[in-house]
Amino acid sequence: MAKTLISTHTASADTSIDITSGITSAYKSYEFHFVNLHPANDGVGLRFQVNAAGGDKGFDESMISTMFVATLNEDGSSGAVAYNAADQAVGTDYPLLNFNTGNDDDQSCSGVLTLFGPSSTTYVKHYTYTGVTSAEDDKVHNHFIAGYINVAAAIDEISFKFSGGNIDTGVIKMFGVG
Amino acid sequence: MPVIANMGKVNGIVISGAPAVSDAHVLISTPLDISVSDTAVSTVDVTLGIDSLYDVYEFHCIGIHPSGTSLPNFEFQVDTGTNTSYNQTITSTYFQAQSNYTADGAGNFAAVEYSTGEDQGQGTAFQKIAHGMGDENDDSASVILKLYAPSSTTYVKQFTSVSQMNHHNNSSYSGNTYCGGYINTTTALTRVRFKFSAGTIDAGTIKVYGLEKS
Repeated sequence: MAKTLISTHTASADTSIDITSGITSAYKSYEFHFVNLHPANDGVGLRFQVNAAGGDKGFDESMISTMFVATLNEDGSSGAVAYNAADQAVGTDYPLLNFNTGNDDDQSCSGVLTLFGPSSTTYVKHYTYTGVTSAEDDKVHNHFIAGYINVAAAIDEISFKFSGGNIDTGVIKMFGVG
Repeated sequence: MPVIANMGKVNGIVISGAPAVSDAHVLISTPLDISVSDTAVSTVDVTLGIDSLYDVYEFHCIGIHPSGTSLPNFEFQVDTGTNTSYNQTITSTYFQAQSNYTADGAGNFAAVEYSTGEDQGQGTAFQKIAHGMGDENDDSASVILKLYAPSSTTYVKQFTSVSQMNHHNNSSYSGNTYCGGYINTTTALTRVRFKFSAGTIDAGTIKVYGLEKS
């Protein structure tokens, strides 16, 4: 499974990071690697949206997602894995990839979003995310998200932002797979 | 202790004769590649190649087979500089999907559940990434451990792992484990150690990859 690094995006107090080129039919799937995304605001969630080719470019495609989360407090208490209602049921908002990311100097979130077959003009577009969050209240979250973008048109743009405030620092790398 | 036998790129220097770098998924080293006919090892230490050259590292542990004891845990720890204590502070979650089938059906079960005891809340023990493994001839575990930005001097170091293991100790048991957490230090990490909680590593392969930075 060869990976090709297509582009690297370094945050610097950005409201969002929008990737508007490079998502084409050249690769069957794409991976977005998030490395130490650090929010300006405390306790926010990383979110994403996409644009369909030829659409209104409003980052408002319909998505349906599931979310389950494993959590543990730093004191060793409250370890659990459970489904979380922060999923998205047929919404056009930016669905969450995680939540509660802390903004202490050493806190951030990291993970991988995989987008399957974005250039298909037949199928809805499936995606999965797995990542780790250093949470605002000194706990760890391990998020597992999956869903689909409910559009048959090709997807050619993607946007990432926190639920509040800027992406202060961090790196997003886009790889083509296959 | 095995030496790194297949070095591709260390500190930015490409070693002559190294395997071709075919894509952004760069093979850095193969610190373990033994079969049951080779001498077993107690630990596998990756002490070279963990640096700022890559943002994301992947450790592919393939067919890791224990010997010397039944139901050991496969685990890792890290350290900084040239330290060899391997006791950094870790906070982690751990859950598993598992199924077990016995010949008489009496011990059958299947579930997804959180595994208290495999996680750590600010612990300094080795972190389990597969547990309760079988040591029969065809038992092993395979794990992918992903480590983010180990050379950062700003952030704690986040990691995830996913494993698949089995054992045949009186049953047919399949375990699919998920671990995620952070190593709670802002000091750069330079080394990773893998081992079993008891006994030795009898066979298996560990490959270290870096994902191209730019």
